[in-house]
Amino acid sequence: MLSYLLRRALYALPIMLGVAFLCFMLVHIAPGDPLVSILPPDASADLQKQLMELYGFNRPLPVQFFSWVWRALHGDLGTSIATGRPVAGEVIKAVGNTMMIAALATLIGFAFGALFGFVAGYMRGSWIDRAASLVSVTGVSVPHYWLGMVLVIVFSVKLMWLPATGAGPDGSDDWHWDWAHFQYLVLPAVTMSFIPMGIIARTVRALVADTLSQEFMVGLRARGLSEFALFRHVLKNCAPTALAVMGLQLGYLLGGSILIETVFSWPGTGFLLNAAIFQRDLPLLQGTILVLALFFVILNLLVDILQTVFDPRIERG
Amino acid sequence: MTTTITTTGDTAKPLATPLRSRGHGANVLRRLVRNPQAMLGATVILILLIMAVAAPLLMPADPFAASMFNRLKPIGTPGYLLGTDELGRDMLSRLILGARLSLFMGVTPVLLAFGIGGAIGIMAGYAGGVLNALVMRTIDVLYAFPSVLLAIALSGALGTGIGNALVSLTVVFIPQIARIAESVTTQVRRSDFVDAARASGASALTIVRVHVLGNVIGPIFVFSTSLISVSMILASGLSFLGLGVTPPNPEWGLMLNTLRTAIYVQPWLAALPGVFIFATSIAFNVLSDGLRAAMEIK
Amino acid sequence: MAALMTDDRDIGGPAQPLLSVKNVVRHFPLGNKGLPFLKDARNVVRAVDNISFDVLKGETLGVVGESGCGKSTMARLMMQLLQQDSGELIFDGETVGSRALPLREFRRQVQMVFQDSFSSLNPRMTIEDSVAFGATVHGVSPKDAIARGRDLLARVGLDPIRFAGRYPHELSGGQRQRVNIARALALGPRLVILDEAVSALDKSVEAQVLNLLADLKAEFGLTYVFISHDLNVVRYISDRLVVMYLGEIVEIGTAEDVFAHALHPYTRALLNSMPSVDPTRRTSVAPLFGDPPNPIDPPSGCRFHTRCPQAQDVCSKRGPAVSTVGGGQVTCLEYEPDSGYVPISIAAAQELA
Repeated sequence: MLSYLLRRALYALPIMLGVAFLCFMLVHIAPGDPLVSILPPDASADLQKQLMELYGFNRPLPVQFFSWVWRALHGDLGTSIATGRPVAGEVIKAVGNTMMIAALATLIGFAFGALFGFVAGYMRGSWIDRAASLVSVTGVSVPHYWLGMVLVIVFSVKLMWLPATGAGPDGSDDWHWDWAHFQYLVLPAVTMSFIPMGIIARTVRALVADTLSQEFMVGLRARGLSEFALFRHVLKNCAPTALAVMGLQLGYLLGGSILIETVFSWPGTGFLLNAAIFQRDLPLLQGTILVLALFFVILNLLVDILQTVFDPRIERG
Repeated sequence: MTTTITTTGDTAKPLATPLRSRGHGANVLRRLVRNPQAMLGATVILILLIMAVAAPLLMPADPFAASMFNRLKPIGTPGYLLGTDELGRDMLSRLILGARLSLFMGVTPVLLAFGIGGAIGIMAGYAGGVLNALVMRTIDVLYAFPSVLLAIALSGALGTGIGNALVSLTVVFIPQIARIAESVTTQVRRSDFVDAARASGASALTIVRVHVLGNVIGPIFVFSTSLISVSMILASGLSFLGLGVTPPNPEWGLMLNTLRTAIYVQPWLAALPGVFIFATSIAFNVLSDGLRAAMEIK
Repeated sequence: MAALMTDDRDIGGPAQPLLSVKNVVRHFPLGNKGLPFLKDARNVVRAVDNISFDVLKGETLGVVGESGCGKSTMARLMMQLLQQDSGELIFDGETVGSRALPLREFRRQVQMVFQDSFSSLNPRMTIEDSVAFGATVHGVSPKDAIARGRDLLARVGLDPIRFAGRYPHELSGGQRQRVNIARALALGPRLVILDEAVSALDKSVEAQVLNLLADLKAEFGLTYVFISHDLNVVRYISDRLVVMYLGEIVEIGTAEDVFAHALHPYTRALLNSMPSVDPTRRTSVAPLFGDPPNPIDPPSGCRFHTRCPQAQDVCSKRGPAVSTVGGGQVTCLEYEPDSGYVPISIAAAQELA
């Protein structure tokens, strides 16, 4: 099995290289001069040339690519054109913030989603099943940034229980684990949790219904196993796939948090991305996308490996 | 089980027309029509289509007529049934006209991706071997991005505008559809009836056209319909961020963006465009689910 | 036989074999997902290893063996649905794939009926369309192809009016297999390969289909290769018999000869494992012990030596060659003079049988 895991990990390498290549090419397919955002329109040709050399935009593309990858491997993602600070530092901090709401959202989504899914799967065809179906369809269909807005309207504007935007009182960036800060976490995380909730509810429901209908369950019941023991069997069968879906959802939320972070002005990677796009801050844009995409690839790899380890039905070798 | 062997000594005589069973497509349609939720979804979509097509006839006011005096009037104001937006334009009219762009942005990328991704996937699936590996590994690189991230990154790189947004969204969906297409085609490729077709000497193209296509189009199509709501939400999300559709075009996502600051003044007004997105999205999802259920039973 | 004589596609006359399989080898490398360049030379399934035999015109050649012996792979090789790694097929004197007999032309002369009657029919096509497809590929107009299809459906016992417009899932297994036979005949082949064609059918249906096959053979002058694991059926229908084990042919002979006195120990064991209702022929000891070995790593020397009741030391060291005995051939060291195998007496052999 070790050889299979090794091969699987090895297989992720060309993917990561491809991802890096795509990240790199993204900013270069943009029409126009990469420097157009930072240069004042009346800049002299000399200044232009200077900056081109400084940023390396005058070298041939393959060279730029490899030097970028090389530096990235050493932790250097360049310097932000807008702020002048190293990109890596900004991204790391932002990732931490995003991870907070993403992880919380995944947990909430998984908890409720699994609950609904289990109930629906057990009571197939009943009104509970239909209700749970409704919840899951809603979770999958709702435009989450709009949901965020609605929650802000209800809880911030009307009820004034929770703050509308930001990550800390007075827009501060430092985090402390107290209610003053935690209350900023609630709305974004809850909003985000609807997406995994819907998907996990749907998946778990299908899994539970499928497992319950399998013949071995009839056999177990015929041998007199209690419903609770049967329930544990169902749990064991559904767990690997459900956990895999949860892992994938976490990865998805990490990468796709930009819309929610925009609504709540949450200083995470999405927010950073937004800023990078509008300021045409290319190093920041490249660095952020690269980190997010690679995170997703690695997370997928982990989920894949864990699934192989824990699910005896998957073939290895 | 018949035992009559009709003696065909006279093969020149044409046989009578045989009974014809209902085809697969007809069966699916029948089952779909009997699904109440799916039909509800279909009705909603129909209403939206009518809104989009007949917009000029349905709009009570000019969606572009701004008026600084009438800014942010609440829902139920006489003359402005759903209020006015931050520039004083009639919300109802803008919402009706917005159906056009929003539906367009929802359906078009999926349609394009269905064609392109489907073709890629079916080709790779039927060819197998090295070609398959090459094509699918390339697709995997695109698939390695979370869709939201890819859409935004591409849009950010290409710039604002409907055309660019269409391109980004299509590129986001192509890998997903290609994957499904390849997977289903590979399965069908392994069937005995494809072997039998090969055994009769048919060319690969003929086999794909006659035998493979009919069997794979169904699942690929159903999967694609489930992407329409995603496409709508992504498209409106792009507009929400300022990429994609540009003002003053009425598009539901863009409207949400420009009305954001109004949530303190007219909260329910500001949320209105999202209701439309939500409703449309649910309708497409329910229809897609119904379609999937209708196709599953033999 | 009469129909055979007047077949104007016949080239070599009755003495020339219809199909000659010569030294065909086919191995399957074991999977390594997505990375085809990482092949492991050792991990290869040796499905078909250097087999040679002839199919004579007008005969029914039975092919028997346990699961995993390579029968189905051989069938697909004969149909050229798989390409062999080495070796060639010669059809009525012409090499298949050569300019004299291109693959497309070969396809009109050889057809196959598969085991799974359901998966061998396109679920989205009506019965008559499925049957007519082959003809349209070779230039027949759709109208003529459909007419010919309906004609054939009638010939195999399915009333076209009731069945032509139906879909496969609406038919029973036996009916579907009749459709498959009609489809195979639509191109007017000379050789039909039946790969476990009746194995999945109920016994009564199986008998009807076998009778149908016999009728069609006489009417159209066909030659059959009948692959099966059911020895009773094979005995009923075959003229000659090929016995396979682990990718190799171990014995060839007329059905009568083989069933009366089998030459190869494996054949003997196979025949003895047929349950008999005759109380005087009770077997108390299982004739074959153990599981068939792995085709990935076959035993050295004679592949059967690990389960052979009369194996000797030399059998694990030396692979036997083909020996001609009487009207048939066998691949066993027992029949090779100078092989180092000490022949046991005929009486001892009959004691085991």
